[in-house]
Amino acid sequence: MRSHFDQQLQLLNSEMRDMGALCEDAIALASKALSENSKELAEKVPPIASALDQKERDVENICLKLLLRQQPVAGDLRQISAALKMITDMERIGDQAEDIAEIVCYMQGSSRKETELFNSMARSVIQMVTDSVDAYVKQDLELAKKVIFHDDVVDDYFEKVKKSLVDIIVKEPDMGGFALDMLMIGKYFERIGDHATNIAEWVIYSVTGVHKSAELIKN
Amino acid sequence: MCDNNEKIIIESNKLNLYYGDNHALKDISFRIPSNRITALIGPSGCGKSTFLKTLNRMNDLVPGVKIDGQVMYNGEDIYGKAVDVTRLRRQIGMVFQKANPFPMSIYDNIAYGPRTHGIRNRARLDEIVERSLRDAAIWEEVKDRLNKSALGLSGGQQQRICIARALAVEPDVLLMDESTSALDPISTSKIEELAMDLKSRYTVIMVTHNMQQALRISDYTAFFLLGELVEYGDTQTMFSEPTDKRTEDYITGRFG
Repeated sequence: MRSHFDQQLQLLNSEMRDMGALCEDAIALASKALSENSKELAEKVPPIASALDQKERDVENICLKLLLRQQPVAGDLRQISAALKMITDMERIGDQAEDIAEIVCYMQGSSRKETELFNSMARSVIQMVTDSVDAYVKQDLELAKKVIFHDDVVDDYFEKVKKSLVDIIVKEPDMGGFALDMLMIGKYFERIGDHATNIAEWVIYSVTGVHKSAELIKN
Repeated sequence: MCDNNEKIIIESNKLNLYYGDNHALKDISFRIPSNRITALIGPSGCGKSTFLKTLNRMNDLVPGVKIDGQVMYNGEDIYGKAVDVTRLRRQIGMVFQKANPFPMSIYDNIAYGPRTHGIRNRARLDEIVERSLRDAAIWEEVKDRLNKSALGLSGGQQQRICIARALAVEPDVLLMDESTSALDPISTSKIEELAMDLKSRYTVIMVTHNMQQALRISDYTAFFLLGELVEYGDTQTMFSEPTDKRTEDYITGRFG
């Protein structure tokens, strides 16, 4: 009965999945560039960030057309409005992966064992991003809650990163500049975790109508 | 349900209605707040228009109809023996899907009800006609042709004449049965504006097939299906987070 509308919603889901995959690629590449200290890999991140910008426009276009032409209500309205909010966080994830890659480019020759901690942190945030987008497509409340819960793990990693960098500064004062760059990278990963959490919160809204304990449509 | 702080003007309790063997309304218990717009939605044949008509006893005229349960209006059962149905229909007026002005002048259309209720004084009638036409947002369009036939007006104007006619007898409640479904968007918008303006003084209960209309103007929405009242609540909540799966399926166009 509403097959055209359902096709459009499926298209929206597939675009969201593609956008999620681009986020994962951007973070994975930035992380690999860091651990392999590779400028060549780092330079591959900005084009992905640009592709994310374009995807954001595409998804906005689909959502606005659906709002205009279908005047969605109930679950449809929540799904479409959640997508519109989520893509802002996804686009920011691309920017932050790009910021990490940019630092890697000028940190040439500073490869160290600390990067292992960053690899674990990156794997954690990639999982969060994958799960949050998956939760959206499958409208899976439990998976969304898992993402939010997992943000604490990423925050713990960031605490460990800070401690290890303090050690470096104390023991090797001439590595202060390197430590600050690494601190920035740690912070970017931690922010990516926050964006994945935001995405998961919109998934919960999409499923339940409640966003961070608040009813969004009030009288 | 409607907000607990609302003043209730009409309340049905376990209302059942049968057209012969057809059980058209099933145990409808429904509290309608005063000075609000309440929209009744649902697929064709769900009982929403039947329910609307029970509120001013229009179903009494249908052969073979049987009604049990209560409809309380300001605390009095409108199906009680002592009820004066003519008086009830003055208090609870109705506007239909198709504009049905009487084949007489615009003035006489509006003055018809007050005259029936014994008002003969010309100055008093003039005053009622002007007030009613102003309330129905059509005074400016017809003030210079009050003695012309109402049948010469456009569909949208005729419908507003019918609203003015209903308002002329100073009802408490206005029942609107798909009153804009035959109108163009501009006439529809005028009547929607009118309904919103009127609710400070009247209670409006409207049946509509137009979900966007229910969303635009109603405070509360009730969803009927197969003679049952499935869900009833504040309109914004109903259209953003309906509780019942059947409501969600209907308003998102999955059936109906």
